[in-house]
Amino acid sequence: MERKVNQKAWFLVLPVVLIVCFSALIPLMTVVNYAFQDTFGGNEFFWAGLVWFEDILNSSRFHDALWRQFLFSGLILLIEIPLGVVVALSMPRRGLGVPICLVLMALPLLIPWNVVGTIWQIFGRVDIGLLGWAVNSLGISYNYTTDPLSAWVTVVLMDVWHWTSLVVLLAYAGLRSIPEAYYQAARIDGASRWAVFRHIQLPKIRRVLVIAILLRFMDSFMIYTEPFVVTGGGPGSATSFLSVDLVKIAIGQFDLGRAAAMSIIYFLIILALSWVFYTVMTAKRRDDMEVGQ
Amino acid sequence: MKGRWLIPTIYIILLMIPIYWLVNMSFKTNQEILSVLSPIPLNPTLDNYLVIFTDASWYSGYINSTIYVVMNMIISVSVALPAAYAFSRYRFLGDKHLFFWLLTNRMAPPAVFALPFFQLYSSVGLFDTHIAVALAHCLFNVPLAVWILEGFMSGVPKEIDETAYIDGYSFPKFFVKIFMPQIASGIGVAAFFCFMFSWVELLLARTLTSVNAKPIAATMTRTVSASGLDWGVLAAAGVLTIIPGALVIYFVRNYIAKGFALGRV
Repeated sequence: MERKVNQKAWFLVLPVVLIVCFSALIPLMTVVNYAFQDTFGGNEFFWAGLVWFEDILNSSRFHDALWRQFLFSGLILLIEIPLGVVVALSMPRRGLGVPICLVLMALPLLIPWNVVGTIWQIFGRVDIGLLGWAVNSLGISYNYTTDPLSAWVTVVLMDVWHWTSLVVLLAYAGLRSIPEAYYQAARIDGASRWAVFRHIQLPKIRRVLVIAILLRFMDSFMIYTEPFVVTGGGPGSATSFLSVDLVKIAIGQFDLGRAAAMSIIYFLIILALSWVFYTVMTAKRRDDMEVGQ
Repeated sequence: MKGRWLIPTIYIILLMIPIYWLVNMSFKTNQEILSVLSPIPLNPTLDNYLVIFTDASWYSGYINSTIYVVMNMIISVSVALPAAYAFSRYRFLGDKHLFFWLLTNRMAPPAVFALPFFQLYSSVGLFDTHIAVALAHCLFNVPLAVWILEGFMSGVPKEIDETAYIDGYSFPKFFVKIFMPQIASGIGVAAFFCFMFSWVELLLARTLTSVNAKPIAATMTRTVSASGLDWGVLAAAGVLTIIPGALVIYFVRNYIAKGFALGRV
């Protein structure tokens, strides 16, 4: 859509700018402030330069948290994306059952995150949870409060349970936009199921899948509530992802400088990812304009 | 074609099992929970729900959450409406940068903001008030609402605006009388997602409140850490927090993907 140049449009966005300044810019400046200063207590701060950044970038604790974070995000993408696509592909394109299916699948997406944690906390417990009890009675030792591997399995499984439906819904929305004629043509040509997927369905859902991957990656990158409720970041620090660790440092230990420096590094990573996301999201517009309209 | 339903059915059953277990637990007494593992409550009881509805420390959590969520929803959608219109219809200095900046706030980890928010709201005397949480949640909900609404607005043909202006409508009158009905479903979806993301957020809400505005999510996590015993009540509280989402989900079923993808699908 062609948009007119109109500088008065600034008046329309002004409320948003003001509110976001208050809720994002000012707090962020406080963080920047702390990141470059140190204090001996009281309210006296002095310039510390890049000390906190060096400290964070050299600390093995940060490296571990970062590494755990990437591992976690990578793992859930590897599971959720293929699983979501398979489920979406196997859904009928129309039918009475489809709306019911969609509603049931979307249910986990709408459960408050801490309740997702609570559900899995209960579900996974060895004494009172169906999962914990079932796995243990199969003869596999499983206890997410003491065993790091079990804790990881629980947290990953929880995320898969929580968010795979989002991939399903997005992929399904993409699949529904494929005209029936494409499938008829493929049937006439005698194309195999795989060929239909590879040459008709995949190209059509590629953009939605990229959105799904980016959304899942970024949201999993700031996961806090669910692991906090289930494992509290433990056992030890086995499931302390970036956010969990950051909150421990900032609110638990009130270590302002270190927390602030870590926040900034964290934020820069997010900023870079957002830019990729933004490029993908707005690129669609150009495609649309070239194709249709 | 019958086999087509197999995978979705299995998938849905797997999704439902943990929820079923939570509901199951919420009708059991703690004694039963800890002694036997049964697929259905042997002595179904409503005591857990009664505790929540009669104990002020529980039900006030729901009231507090509802208050700040509704506040946040109203603030977010009402400031986002004109902004989304500006982004979808006009080009102006810095529009792309601003649009991108909004997105980064949606993507920003709340953990980064927890401590500065605490200090900011304490220093302006808003700590432990509903409005503090509502404003804090604007961090991610305002950008979300702007992006979703912009997605819907761009689908409305521009000719509608032009015709209205020719017919002599002023901008506010056009916007409320003609434009808003056009994007009614978009406003609904934006409001729904603001509601949901504010309803599910724990970290900021917990950091910014202590007693008067304590949300249900914080009440739930604090009970766990304090006693770690009252599983039945905890399960019942969990079930009650799922209900609002479950009630409205049917109305937004066609827009869930669109909403999560920030209006871009």
